Amino acid sequence: MVETISHDVVVVGGGGAGLRAVIAMAEARPDLDIAMVSKVYPMRSHTVSAEGGAAAVIKDNDSFEDHIHDTITGSDWMADQDAVETFVREAPNEMIRLEHWGCPWNREPDGSVAVRPFGGMKIERTWYAADKTGFHMLHTLFQTSLKLAQVTRYDEWFGTSLLVENGRCQGVTAIELRTGQVRAILAKAVIVTTGGAGRIFPFTTNAAIKTGDGMAMAYRAGVPLKDMEFVQYHPTGLPGTGILITEAARAEGGILVNSEGDRYLRHYDLGDPIDVDDPRHPQLRTMELGPRDKLSQCFMREEEKGHVFEGEHGTYVHLDVRHLGEAQIEAKIPFVRELALNYVGIDPVHEPIPVRPVVHYMMGGIDTDIEAATELPGLYAAGECACVSINGANRLGSNSLTELLVFGRRAGESATRWAEEHPEIDTAALERQAQAEQERIATNFINKLDGTERIATIRRELNETLEAGAGVFRTEESLQASVDKVAELKERAKNVGLDDHSLSFNTELTAALELEFMLDAAEAVAGAALARRESRGAHQRSDHPDRDDEQYLKHSLSYRTDDRPRIEQRDVVITNWPPAERTYGPGT
Amino acid sequence: MSENTTITLEVARYRPGVDERPTMQLYEVPLRDDWVVLDALNYIKDEVDGTLSYRWSCRMGVCGSCGMMVNGVPKLTCSAFLRDLAPGPIRVEALQHFPIERDLVTVLDDFIDKLESVTPWIVRDEPEPPPEDGEYKQTPAELATFKQYSMCINCMLCYSACPVYGQEPEFIGPAALALAQRYNLDSRDEGNDLRAMVIGSQNGVWDCTFVNECSEVCPKHVDPAGAIQQLKLVSAVEWFENLPGVPSRRKK
Repeated sequence: MVETISHDVVVVGGGGAGLRAVIAMAEARPDLDIAMVSKVYPMRSHTVSAEGGAAAVIKDNDSFEDHIHDTITGSDWMADQDAVETFVREAPNEMIRLEHWGCPWNREPDGSVAVRPFGGMKIERTWYAADKTGFHMLHTLFQTSLKLAQVTRYDEWFGTSLLVENGRCQGVTAIELRTGQVRAILAKAVIVTTGGAGRIFPFTTNAAIKTGDGMAMAYRAGVPLKDMEFVQYHPTGLPGTGILITEAARAEGGILVNSEGDRYLRHYDLGDPIDVDDPRHPQLRTMELGPRDKLSQCFMREEEKGHVFEGEHGTYVHLDVRHLGEAQIEAKIPFVRELALNYVGIDPVHEPIPVRPVVHYMMGGIDTDIEAATELPGLYAAGECACVSINGANRLGSNSLTELLVFGRRAGESATRWAEEHPEIDTAALERQAQAEQERIATNFINKLDGTERIATIRRELNETLEAGAGVFRTEESLQASVDKVAELKERAKNVGLDDHSLSFNTELTAALELEFMLDAAEAVAGAALARRESRGAHQRSDHPDRDDEQYLKHSLSYRTDDRPRIEQRDVVITNWPPAERTYGPGT
Repeated sequence: MSENTTITLEVARYRPGVDERPTMQLYEVPLRDDWVVLDALNYIKDEVDGTLSYRWSCRMGVCGSCGMMVNGVPKLTCSAFLRDLAPGPIRVEALQHFPIERDLVTVLDDFIDKLESVTPWIVRDEPEPPPEDGEYKQTPAELATFKQYSMCINCMLCYSACPVYGQEPEFIGPAALALAQRYNLDSRDEGNDLRAMVIGSQNGVWDCTFVNECSEVCPKHVDPAGAIQQLKLVSAVEWFENLPGVPSRRKK
């Protein structure tokens, strides 16, 4: 019999959004019994890798209107405008609360919080803790959560499925990694905060754990994944490893230069370059401070022209920060220097950094409303695994760290209300489901001795087909090939055989389960991209190069079926910012 | 360096409930110029032997998951290049001073308890003000006093390097004490008195014999040994001031 544990609310995912949700619940109802399930210790979560900063209007020269405008234009009008407005208005209080909890934000001489410019933002509004902002935010949230006696943490418990009965989500199943036992954690409400799925691509900034677990669990439970075709390539990753070199490097004045010595962004409607010694450099919403989707597309155009360097790990251009000088580099972007020195043996004080576009962020995710609720009663989601949507077709740098605070809190508050109003749990039926889940895992993996496919082979083929078919530029043909290949790999994955049939800390088993999650996330990415026959933001169709608001100013919703996903559409919420041409350059 | 060159890894294997103690298993892996020890372990896991267990995630030195003993020295395996360890063999074991859960995976329970024991959050005498009142002011100089101690990634290399922790597992240890000092020095915090009891306890700073090994192995230059020396000074002054008849000159 599967061991059953009960709590009022269970959070799956121990990163920034999950921790913020936990704190919100403890504040809303101090007697609420809260569980947090995480496949890694919370301070290992991928929020830790975020570097550049978190956006919120705080300075007198800034306004909500400007942050909303930047976010909506950045999204290529795919963001829901009511959600963006809520996000922008609630962002400052969230950031101040994190300050109250001890986050070591960089400061102005008068002791107020400092802000830096960021790509696609027309005012400086990005709060930062040097270039380890995600690291400091995560540790601040984790350490603050340690004082909450009402939280039971299940660290290194690997969530495998959502428990749904009577049309309500009422818990999760998870493997306790230390023992290898499947457990049922029953709850009146469930919050999924498991982050992104960048690992479906071969070259990504994402940590090994970013395998789309929560997205796939919700998808299997019948919840649609929204806007999965929008995958963000960050323009500056280190070749080979894909380690992120933060946008803050450009915000502090770094420039992109191709193999011809040309600041090539000048050729792509992003404004004109000005000298790095000019006090007006860098200009907001201009050149190197353009949005990520466009900068990554510019690189691909340069590659077509042959204006890139050739290296052992593919082509690259130069990110040059030398003119900032050692003192500024150490004060503002020390991690950039540390990473470049450690991983490519280059000191940015003396040499330009080799960079190329790298998969960074999923704009799409579990379909939620502004209250972080999904269409499955009792299930909530926040952070990168969710799609509210405030990011639309392209997320602006420094909006995601703030997003996980605003919507993590909202998820916590919504789940608390739901749990109070729905105390009943269908225990017997849920236990039967958990038993079936345990049997599935035993039969398909632990006790299966005749599997012939290797996890790494299928994962590599999955990576390859997505990069080839659903990369920066896509076509009907390339996407159809990816869709077909993913379907083939899903079949082959049923025949995976493990070397490891033991129970304690079996990371080959978790890799197999992660592979299944990745295949589901990939199916939605390729399927939705195939269905969207237009170009918008990060989704660029070479065969349909224009934006088509008539047909496609709509979210795509991918529903799981026994065959290929069913793709439906839903209107984007437009309030006060009607669609217009998306322009960048000085004064935009 | 040629692609055909290989290097041998001697990897400690341990199965709970089966093995009495770890045994070494040899694997030959490609010696690639750009590979770190973690890449070699991933190669083994993917291509050679799926039963090998270890932790990793960010592979950029910030999540703190992949600390192991490499040739007897605690290191982040995502930052330990094979080329620097060539010609090998390279010995890879679980971080010492911790119980082994399996293979290269250690048990973190004690470490987590110790982190929690130092009240690692902002403590204020008054309730948190509403966010509408704005941020607490903190000058760059005030930030600089504690910033270094806020850089700890909880990778536990310092506990593995600390001879005192190896002998006396009750010792609160380098990372947790540095974290205590991080909050003590934060101008927004008023919790020093709460932490003083733990810091000055018999398992606190006075256990440290200042061999400085913790700071030597710290991949983030947190300098926990320095934090502990600062705490010792404060703790000694407090002890003296609490003697009967000594007038207090403390702020609070």
